[in-house]
Amino acid sequence: MVYGTKGYRFNSCRARQISVVTGELIMQASQQPYPNWQPSPAVDQVGVEERIARLNTRSIKKESKVQALKLALSMIDQTTLEGSDSAGKVKQMCYKALHVHDALPGLPHVAAVCVYPTMVRVAKAELKSSGIHVAAVATAFPSGQADHDTKIQDLRYAISEGADEVDMVISRGAYLRGEYNYVYDEIAEFKSICGDVHLKVILETGELGTLDRVRHASDLALAAGGDFIKTSTGKVQPAATQPVTLVMLEAVRDFHQRTGQKRGMKPAGGIKTAKQAIQYLVIVNETLGPDWLTPDLFRFGASTLTNDILMQLVKESTGVYQSSDYFSQAG
Amino acid sequence: MSTATAEKTAPLQWNYAPAPESVDPQFRKRYDLFIDGKFVAPAEGNYRPSINPARETTLAEVADATAPDVDKAVKAARKAYTKIWSKMSGKERGKYIYRIARLLQERAREFAVAETMNGGKSIRESRDTDIPLAAAHFFYYAGWADKLEYAFPGRKAKSLGVCGQVIPWNFPLLMAAWKIAPALATGNTVVLKPADTTPLTAMKLAELIQDAGLPAGVVNIIPGGRPTGAAIVQHPDIDKIAFTGSTAVGKWIQKELAGTKKRYTLELGGKAANIIFEDAAIDQAVEGIINAIFFNQGHVCCAGSRLLVQEGVADTVIAKLKQRMATLIIGDPLDKNTDIGAINSKEQLGRIEALVASGAEEGAEMWQPSCELPAKGFWFRPTLFTNVSQSHRICRDEIFGPVLSILTFRTEDEAVEKANNTAYGLSGGVWTDKGAKIFKVTRQVRAGVIWANTFNKFDPTSPFGGYKESGIGREGGWHGLQPYVELE
Repeated sequence: MVYGTKGYRFNSCRARQISVVTGELIMQASQQPYPNWQPSPAVDQVGVEERIARLNTRSIKKESKVQALKLALSMIDQTTLEGSDSAGKVKQMCYKALHVHDALPGLPHVAAVCVYPTMVRVAKAELKSSGIHVAAVATAFPSGQADHDTKIQDLRYAISEGADEVDMVISRGAYLRGEYNYVYDEIAEFKSICGDVHLKVILETGELGTLDRVRHASDLALAAGGDFIKTSTGKVQPAATQPVTLVMLEAVRDFHQRTGQKRGMKPAGGIKTAKQAIQYLVIVNETLGPDWLTPDLFRFGASTLTNDILMQLVKESTGVYQSSDYFSQAG
Repeated sequence: MSTATAEKTAPLQWNYAPAPESVDPQFRKRYDLFIDGKFVAPAEGNYRPSINPARETTLAEVADATAPDVDKAVKAARKAYTKIWSKMSGKERGKYIYRIARLLQERAREFAVAETMNGGKSIRESRDTDIPLAAAHFFYYAGWADKLEYAFPGRKAKSLGVCGQVIPWNFPLLMAAWKIAPALATGNTVVLKPADTTPLTAMKLAELIQDAGLPAGVVNIIPGGRPTGAAIVQHPDIDKIAFTGSTAVGKWIQKELAGTKKRYTLELGGKAANIIFEDAAIDQAVEGIINAIFFNQGHVCCAGSRLLVQEGVADTVIAKLKQRMATLIIGDPLDKNTDIGAINSKEQLGRIEALVASGAEEGAEMWQPSCELPAKGFWFRPTLFTNVSQSHRICRDEIFGPVLSILTFRTEDEAVEKANNTAYGLSGGVWTDKGAKIFKVTRQVRAGVIWANTFNKFDPTSPFGGYKESGIGREGGWHGLQPYVELE
């Protein structure tokens, strides 16, 4: 059972009534937050894997393939998260984000670039008003192993540098110890600090161990106010997998069913090929429906996916594959 | 403050482009009867067109066997039995069966396309289920051919002689494999009649059997209608009848065979209960319900056609089920993305429509997704009924179509009672996250096959068959050898 700020697990529609300005609960005198006693549904791993296998039999050809490739391109959070990141590398990545492949006109730009907070200013200067967002990882990314105040400071710094989106990590240690109310409160507090800045909650599913926990953590993160739930940091194996993605999308679907609110989802790490990206889009399409086929509600966290998609798009347009030498690298 | 969240991108309207399977099914224009290793013209010279139910076009003309042809086939089978097959060692018999299995595997895609064109089922199912399982049955029983003394330790398993086998139209090739493979492995010879609407993969199997070099007369395949089937059942020189089909015909066969020395196995209808407890993994259970009832357009004797859902989750399950049903793709069975293909025949479509109409008349509430159906061919939308009572016809009669009747229950005992309140007893399903409940409930449901947290899973090693009006005898696995041997 999950508990909220005041010791309750709020019915989800009420949990969203946290003022983004003050971080306090908005409650009228007559309205008490009441607990939602519905537990997170069980998840059967064998069944999830079978469903994924069946979805992967979808055959996406011709114009529907081109549509999917362009959509996937527009959903990419072009990412570099290395200790060795330099201003030069980030600038190059931003240029690539703006001009994914000028040889093929009519392509969308990627959704965002994703960097460490120290690189946000560099990226903002490059991207200006292009519409490409700058996302920063914060709250002691990737391990989350820092004290609460340090995380808050990290978050505030990223926002003050101009990040449009923040990718936070949950405290996996606390989660696995069963301190669900701590994890919930932390997310809710981060969201209140974020205000309009989009908050993506990284569950680091590779450390959660079971799909039951993935589902439960997803429900918790959505109820606490995360705009997106995200699989992984990319620093832990396994990173994003299709079964994990399906379970998280089911959580987003059920949350929408209960509250009418549309939240987003982002698989990150390990998605390298256009074929994989199309498989993910099929999963989104057949789990949440076409409303979620937009970068506002679905993203790919990836560093090398872009060029594989471009290679496929060039092939669809010219009929032949080009060598990877003809596609500029992101960084 | 960022303005990032203000921008909105319109979602993509994404429709999968057609992705038809293009392999040539290699149909002949006309198929004769396969008797004594050769294709021969029928005695009365009648041929009937075999159509594609998705397009109502003729695929080939197929001979119609009559009593003299049945007699000829039985004589060929008897000769092959006496002179060759019964004397051959199990090891040598096994080699022939393995050869059939391998050839089938090699030509799997061609057979899958043929099955889909003639029967209306989606290529996804014929490619991923029907044909691989048919090959797996031949492989499995080939392995038993030289090991019968280990199957029945201390006893001698003697073959019976000539087996008359009559199979249905829902899994044409797979049912042929279920029948032929164990019969051959145990040293019997076969006269097989495919269903009148779906003879083409059986005729292609006849060609494949020729290619495999099986001795002439060991397998004879004679297409035809009910009179042909009756002539097989009544033929005096047949030692065993194996039938899969409707309960009405099964009862007729039992009456015909009463007092004769012929053995028989019958695999008949079903009205399976699929029980969803509130602690089940709901999203996976919903997927399981879909597989249980919409697999092969519901033309499945073991389909989970009665959904029993615990009341605490009934609304959730029904809402999710409707959502999922709306994503099912109905249309060209040859398209790799099609989930639900065509209804097998005009007659079957009529039967489904009549039963569905009775459901509405009797007061159940019908729901269908608003999908478009092709103009030509035989189609029926996936359908569910709520507000169903135990006495409604849609809850008692086998519909054999994509129609689900939903009932709710409160307690475990009530679930079991409702599950067993049927004339049938072929299959069932139980969905719960609690292992102990699986064992407790499944032991009380009187059905031949019960799946836990899954549905419609088939394997050649697993016996299959029914209680009550669902039939007599088991097919598949070690159990499937027994009906084909005499133990000494």
